[in-house]
Amino acid sequence: MKNEMEIIFDALSDNEGFARVAVAAFITHLNPTVEEMADIKTAVSEAVTNSIIHGYGNLRGYGRPGEKGEECDEANPGKVRLRCVLDKNILHIEVIDQGKGIEDVEKAMEPLYTTRPELERSGMGFAFMEAFMDDLEVESAPGQGTKVRMIKKIGVGGWIEHQC
Amino acid sequence: MGQIAAEDFQIIDNCLLIQLPEEIDHHGAGFICECADRYLVRKEVRDVVFDFGRTRFMDSSGIGIIMGRYRKISCFGGKVYAIHVDRQIERIFRLSGLNKIVEVLES
Ligand SMILES: Nc1ncnc2c1ncn2[C@@H]1O[C@H](COP(=O)(O)OP(=O)(O)OP(=O)(O)O)[C@@H](O)[C@H]1O
Ligand SMILES: [Mg+2]
Repeated sequence: MKNEMEIIFDALSDNEGFARVAVAAFITHLNPTVEEMADIKTAVSEAVTNSIIHGYGNLRGYGRPGEKGEECDEANPGKVRLRCVLDKNILHIEVIDQGKGIEDVEKAMEPLYTTRPELERSGMGFAFMEAFMDDLEVESAPGQGTKVRMIKKIGVGGWIEHQC
Repeated sequence: MGQIAAEDFQIIDNCLLIQLPEEIDHHGAGFICECADRYLVRKEVRDVVFDFGRTRFMDSSGIGIIMGRYRKISCFGGKVYAIHVDRQIERIFRLSGLNKIVEVLES
């Protein structure tokens, strides 16, 4: 059985939570373990945040109680596309932006490599996607946007079981 | 939902205790850093304790928050501690090497 969903949303930090909760809701009927769910949510959050802050340069987190800054009006109006396909218990996720793209993908994927240390970024985003998902592919070129593809098998138990 | 507020920051002796929100992502991280840094410029604050007791979700933005505060206080001999750390957050600490600069206290 195949099941597919796609959402397109503005590249604003407000939507980071929305995106990962949407994916979580999409897969709940498969009864993923707590760890699988956390892994997927973190990976989605990393990819979506990258599109927002690196792809489109919408840097601010607007997470202030009751405040909508004018940054919102000045924000890059770009969109992030999030596509999920469930093929039995295999989840395929694509996070796509039309932002500025990545010059050297291999280098960008190295742990601790970041182009924005001044924004309190740690350069661990791709490392987490890689660690938490079964497969990760990044397609990007300057001016061409970025496409992140991730795969995770759900319902195989997690690292917890293996550890004990 | 789950936003950080003034009462989530407390100074106890030489320690700034930060009660982190339910979800730590880029959206809320900037505000947490700003608030924390307002306390860190005070002379009496040496160490920082991050309390993850309420936290259900964290991504790499949490690493940035902790590393950034660590850089600000370590040159004055300050240390960073974490309490109420669950398995997922512990794993994120290990993957990022953060466990080398943060002391996780058993609670
Ligand atoms: N969608 C994207 N568009 C343009 N550049 C990107 C995109 N995603 C990642 N990058 C580039 O790759 C680098 C590494 O990304 P990664 O997520 O690993 O670290 P980070 O975002 O800098 O920090 P962290 O995710 O730990 O907060 C980024 O600093 C950025 O230069
Ligand atoms: Mg990132």
